[in-house]
Amino acid sequence: MTVHFKQDEPDNSNRLDGMKQGVLGKPLPRIEGLAKVTGTAPYAAEYHIDDCAEGVLVTSTITRGEVTSVDRASVLSMPGVIAVVDDEKLCTRAAQGTANEAPMQGPGQVCYWGQPIALVVAETFEQARDAAKHLKVEYREENGAALDPNAVEPEEQEDETVHQGDLAHAMAKAAHSVDVTYTTKGHASAAMEPHAAIAQWDGDKLTVHASLQMLNYNITELADALDMEEENIRLISRFVGGGFGSKLGISEEVVAAALAAKQIGRPVRVVQSRQQVFQTVMRRSETTQRLRLAADSDGKLTGFGHEALVSNLPGESFAEPVLQSSHFLYGGENRELMLKVARIHRMTAGSVRAPGEAVGMPALEGAMDVLAEKVGIDPVELRLRNIPEQDPEEDLPFSSHKLADCLKQGAEAFGWDNGPRKPRQRREGEWWIGTGMASAARVHNIAEAKARVTLKADGTALVETDMTDIGTGTYTILAQIAGEMLGLDPEQVLVELGDTRHPRGPGSGGSWGAASIGSAVYVACKVIREELAKKVGISEEELELSEGKTATGESLTDLLEGNDLAREGHYEPGDIEDDYTASGFGAFFAEVRVNHYTGETRVERMLGAFGFGRVLNAKTARSQCIGGITWSIGVALTEALEFDPRDGHLVNCDLAEYHVPVHRDVPDLEVVLVEERDGAASPIQAKGIGELGMCGGAAAIANAIYNACGARLYDYPMTPDRVLAAMPD
Amino acid sequence: MADTITVNGTAYPMPDDPRVSLLDFLRQHIGLTGTKKGCDHGQCGACTVIVNGIRINSCLTLAAMHDGDSVTTIEGLGTPEEPSALQRAFLEHDGFQCGYCTPGQICSATAMLEELAADWPSDASESLEGRIAISGEEIRERMSGNLCRCGAYANIVAAIEEVAGGGRS
Repeated sequence: MTVHFKQDEPDNSNRLDGMKQGVLGKPLPRIEGLAKVTGTAPYAAEYHIDDCAEGVLVTSTITRGEVTSVDRASVLSMPGVIAVVDDEKLCTRAAQGTANEAPMQGPGQVCYWGQPIALVVAETFEQARDAAKHLKVEYREENGAALDPNAVEPEEQEDETVHQGDLAHAMAKAAHSVDVTYTTKGHASAAMEPHAAIAQWDGDKLTVHASLQMLNYNITELADALDMEEENIRLISRFVGGGFGSKLGISEEVVAAALAAKQIGRPVRVVQSRQQVFQTVMRRSETTQRLRLAADSDGKLTGFGHEALVSNLPGESFAEPVLQSSHFLYGGENRELMLKVARIHRMTAGSVRAPGEAVGMPALEGAMDVLAEKVGIDPVELRLRNIPEQDPEEDLPFSSHKLADCLKQGAEAFGWDNGPRKPRQRREGEWWIGTGMASAARVHNIAEAKARVTLKADGTALVETDMTDIGTGTYTILAQIAGEMLGLDPEQVLVELGDTRHPRGPGSGGSWGAASIGSAVYVACKVIREELAKKVGISEEELELSEGKTATGESLTDLLEGNDLAREGHYEPGDIEDDYTASGFGAFFAEVRVNHYTGETRVERMLGAFGFGRVLNAKTARSQCIGGITWSIGVALTEALEFDPRDGHLVNCDLAEYHVPVHRDVPDLEVVLVEERDGAASPIQAKGIGELGMCGGAAAIANAIYNACGARLYDYPMTPDRVLAAMPD
Repeated sequence: MADTITVNGTAYPMPDDPRVSLLDFLRQHIGLTGTKKGCDHGQCGACTVIVNGIRINSCLTLAAMHDGDSVTTIEGLGTPEEPSALQRAFLEHDGFQCGYCTPGQICSATAMLEELAADWPSDASESLEGRIAISGEEIRERMSGNLCRCGAYANIVAAIEEVAGGGRS
């Protein structure tokens, strides 16, 4: 039995606060944690399947053109080689998040260097890898593909455009103004588990173990790619070794494994190499961003301009949504916002953790620091003075707004010195030391979700959904929500995720997972509580459950009388999405040291204060925050995709040359959870936290570099060469 | 010539194909998938195992080079029923998120603590001689070959510090 709840109004009842088990929000260790720390949690490529053959993708060595021949004979005689698959249905790109349809197919047409064009299948991985290297492919190359985003006429993304008032006039009249251009380089998700799939057919039924974030969309994408019915497909992703956007849509190896398994009549495993993951999945677009800020003598914004240029392949709908939080974060009645996308033949651009704010906020918050200096006020105070009463572009209230609290609590916890600020005030040996801060903002997203909750006759509970846990803590927070509602220790709640046999969840992406699927579990549990209350003869509101018993001592097992009680919760966001502007907010504070002679920057300490609704598990929420702050360090200092200007290929396509932060780059990190209840965000009053922790943090580091050594940089990442070039004598 | 590799106390025959890396031998040939393949190029540390007491990247070495060697993988350090002190500390400190780099982190940390105990110096050490003081910076330096993209570093270091502190007191 399914119970549907569509949220049209805020739910400020905060029912979860009145429950008696007392486990929600508690910092419980992850319920799947023992499996992970002992190496017994199986990831996509790790299922033992009899008679499984191994596939290795072959990728193009031209940028644009046509594959004129694939010489199968060149490898079919090699030891162990079973087949070469270059079926027209092979996907040449990964699907964008929530695409819900097949990505680009047809390996005969090449659109970027490194694009998958065939799959070689052999008995062993070593044989397949060797044969893939030896496969002879001929091309007819089309020269002259556009590769430089600054050298083509870009397309305007009209739904992002805002012309409000007269920004040029406001800039001219402003007591203080800033007009600066920032650049950011491309980023890679670089999830630790490479994309992998094992496909096996049983007649016309297909089962794929894959590493995917959104099975609810992925099953449709795969069905579309293979031209088959969803009912005949089962996708399994119980453990996902990181996603960060790269596994939102189905990627090339999933479809390749399915086609190959069909062709050879055996199960096939395809694992992308690290280099292939870098080149074939998704890049975050590089950006060029112009920021214009006009302020009165007190620093109050009268004008706000943010224009950005990003890039993507022809035919891709995704454009890095750089301006996403700029639309509402600060006031200023005269506004100009515009996003443009350049069509170029670099690999696909798509979602990488916190698409939009991950790069838009570091630019905006850098510009705010420049403004604070011009106005001559503390940068925390500048932000406090510019928090709008309501959305400055839409006539909408905020669902909740914790920016001021985060700024104040963060500053206090960090020990922020709000005295006059001047660069180069502290030096220890070769090192300049300084501090910086920035605001955090990330739009709140929520999605339709279904989950089945079964209260078992034995007094335990089962939660089932195809939702995934990509390291976010889904397993644990669902056990906590169900445990809280049904009066059970979370250890008594079994959570089954990542299997399309279960009801469709929202998928993990856009930080919407916890609030969306948590609401579905809440809805299901609430109906189960109503059934139980009926048995006791009281109302659901009166029912108190804890430790498997009612307040009057009746046990759940007695109430169930030997029967399981199962309900499917179906949560759907309704009109409420149109009634509020909803966002998570926060503040970052950083202390860095910068080497006077080498330009090297080290982050000494960093703190983030975040308000994102109800905290479902203080331990896993904090972990999401420190993860985001760690990414902020990468954005600020090291991460940059580099493309060859001659053919557009990604040059630094591995973890030696693309520099994600390592242990020694990351100091102790402090997190302040500014708890709140946002009833308009979801019926469990929660928002997301998977991305907020990296939305602006890089600017706190950039601003600290300036405060430390006087080098004001406008280009991320702030590598030693760039810092040194900007360093005053 | 033993013609076997001993893994977690059990002897296994060497693979026939000399191209098989120690990592693929563990994962594909003897089914010990706790050791992870993150990059296959010695860049991420997810495949770290302990060979004759020393931590190595198992993707950077061929199985054929380990005739007679003794390999310890994450499965050999502890089980869900009886986790090692480090495995327990990682759980308590939430020293992981997605869990994919975790076996490598734990194998690496297990051997790293032995290196500290034996006073092997590192870039973070004050001196090349004498006792090495355990510090967060020492741990970070020595663990920098193990990448964690989820960004759990701060918690990983806290977990290791707890065990290191207990071991040295």
